[in-house]
Amino acid sequence: MQTFLDFFSFTDPNVRWVVLGIMAMCAGAALVGVFAFLQKKSLVGDAISHAILPGICLSFLITESKATWALLPGAFLTGWFSLIAIDYLTRHTKLKSDSAIALVLSVFYGVGILLLTMIQNMELAQQSGLDKFLFGKAAAMVYEDVLVLIGLSILIAVVIFSLYRPFRLLSFNPEYAQSLGYPIRFLEGLLSGLTVLSVAIGVQAVGVVLMAALLITPAATARYWTNSLSVMLILATFFGAFSGLMGTYISYTYPHMPTGPWVVTVLSVIAILSVLLGRKKGVLASQRQLRRNGRKMLEENLLKCLYHLGEMDNEWQKKRTWAEITQKRLFTKKQLQRAWKALSRKKLLLADREGLLLSKEGEKMGRRITKIHRLWELYLTKHLHLASDHVHEDAEAIEHVITPELEKELEHQLGYPVLDPHEEPIPYNEDDKKDT
Amino acid sequence: MIHHSKEHDRKKRKKRMDTFWIILTGSLVATCSALVGCFLVLRKMAMVGDAISHAVLPGIVLAYLVAQTRDSLPMLIGAAIFGVLITILIETLHQQGKMQIDAAIGLSFTWLFALGVILISVYAGRVDLDQDCVLYGEIAYIPIDIWFWNGQDMGPKAVWQLGGLLGVIVLLLVLGYKGLKITTFDEKFAASLGISTIFWHYALMSLVSFTTVLSFESVGAILVVAFLVGPASTAYLLSKRLSEMLFLAVLLGILAALSGYFLATWLNASIAGGMAAAVGLEFVLALIWVSIKKKSLEIAFEEI
Repeated sequence: MQTFLDFFSFTDPNVRWVVLGIMAMCAGAALVGVFAFLQKKSLVGDAISHAILPGICLSFLITESKATWALLPGAFLTGWFSLIAIDYLTRHTKLKSDSAIALVLSVFYGVGILLLTMIQNMELAQQSGLDKFLFGKAAAMVYEDVLVLIGLSILIAVVIFSLYRPFRLLSFNPEYAQSLGYPIRFLEGLLSGLTVLSVAIGVQAVGVVLMAALLITPAATARYWTNSLSVMLILATFFGAFSGLMGTYISYTYPHMPTGPWVVTVLSVIAILSVLLGRKKGVLASQRQLRRNGRKMLEENLLKCLYHLGEMDNEWQKKRTWAEITQKRLFTKKQLQRAWKALSRKKLLLADREGLLLSKEGEKMGRRITKIHRLWELYLTKHLHLASDHVHEDAEAIEHVITPELEKELEHQLGYPVLDPHEEPIPYNEDDKKDT
Repeated sequence: MIHHSKEHDRKKRKKRMDTFWIILTGSLVATCSALVGCFLVLRKMAMVGDAISHAVLPGIVLAYLVAQTRDSLPMLIGAAIFGVLITILIETLHQQGKMQIDAAIGLSFTWLFALGVILISVYAGRVDLDQDCVLYGEIAYIPIDIWFWNGQDMGPKAVWQLGGLLGVIVLLLVLGYKGLKITTFDEKFAASLGISTIFWHYALMSLVSFTTVLSFESVGAILVVAFLVGPASTAYLLSKRLSEMLFLAVLLGILAALSGYFLATWLNASIAGGMAAAVGLEFVLALIWVSIKKKSLEIAFEEI
């Protein structure tokens, strides 16, 4: 509890700076990560982060300083170069993108290790600690490093905020963006530049291997909660910053714990939870939707079946026995039970031991489904020229999803026909105004 | 004086022997990786290979903790479990979770790698494994870890282990060449012939895990990707047939191990890093060669 208070009161200036720096960095990476994710280029971020290592070593060889400002130019340069290399290889050779990414990633990293170990064996006074870039050195960051981190993250946020519209177009529909006269090449370059920048600053905190997670995971997580880009950006930033906070907290509480891996672990746990629980694409939400659809179809099929039975003797307000119903359409006992219980709760039918009786409202709904089914069959034969014996299956599915607006449009387009392709009457409810 | 020079001779011979073992180990890593890597490249699964090589880390650490030895059998089991685990995780996120494949790969391997690093930190005292080893291996120490059999010096353990792995890979290639080839190039055709694509998929993934583990001490979990993908990609550029590609990849891998060793000693740097750099150099040279050939072909066409 004491460490909790110590940490979250931010009285320790060291803690304050490190936390702020990590959170800013995670947020910045999450922001650009969203665009990389939407362009399906998440793994390129992984390649960039590995490719930064040789740049850091080269910078160090030239400047002999470990300060962020000194290492950043080299890091940026090789990171950028790796992007160009991947782009060139996928465009101009027969190598596929996955091989190109893996190749560039591992070779740049190998050269980085070569340079790093060379520097370590050179016994330069400043060199110790350079290898911290491999796993990150979050806890060892100083005030100046943090200032650079925060400054660059703000820069990333400002650029993305002010170019929000073009970036959005670029991610969803580059051809359209081009036709509107946006400078596509420039925008793409700018976005790549921001990605390289955020990776270059992030590597300090979490290391080359795990940096990819800060780009990919927040975006992938946010996607499960929203369909809107702006909300996605906000959520991803939040997930990134929150994990940054938690990661630093854990390594503050248990000093031998590394910060970067914990940031990534927190992020990943949030991601897995979102995959399960997410409101938009989550597994549970999809299953719930699936079940709901299944229930709706079952209930509508029962109403339709009762309506069809009514059609036989033009008597809809008549009780139909269980045997009649199951003869007309194959329902299992369980299905039938589920459906009539739900429908009688909605007052669409009455049930007793012998059978089911449609209410007025139920009859109307049964008629509507039957109408849509037959209208759709007619539409398919008339407008798509399908044979009349091929349209039933399709209508069985579509009758449950047609909205009232589409229903009106369908009636209107076909001119309120009376017979479907199987010469069966198309029934209308009284309020389907027949204005033709 | 004479005694001194004898001592000197012995040291020199020992050093030459060490060099031999290191290059042999590197070549074995390169050969195993090149053979497996060709199929990864052809199946467009290079990044899955990358992911597996990262994901075996927690498996290796857990195996250490459970078995309390540096023996390779528990490590192999641990790594194989995690290698298969990550392929299942990626598949589940992609299929059930509807996550796009690049994000699913990225999320899975960074997470498992992070868990591995955390485990190393938690059990720092009990696990004889350090972070540097994960990142670039310690091939220079390979000749120290000798296998004694009946009191006889049989050479480095790693050489025997990698040799064994190579045997398994070659055996699988010889016995299952047709299956591997057909499932790689035409999954549907393979299925129509009754060849199990799933079997070959997981067999390949297990081989990737094994290769990573046994290469772990020599080149680390990340540089092995250079050996998996590099020579295979270079060979892919240069060849038109699978058998040609496999042969070329092995040749290029061994050449990279050899030249990488001398590059590293010249620069006084990590040998594994040098070998990976040599892999890259080979690729660049092949790329230049291919584009010159293409250019001259184009010119020839224009002249016609």
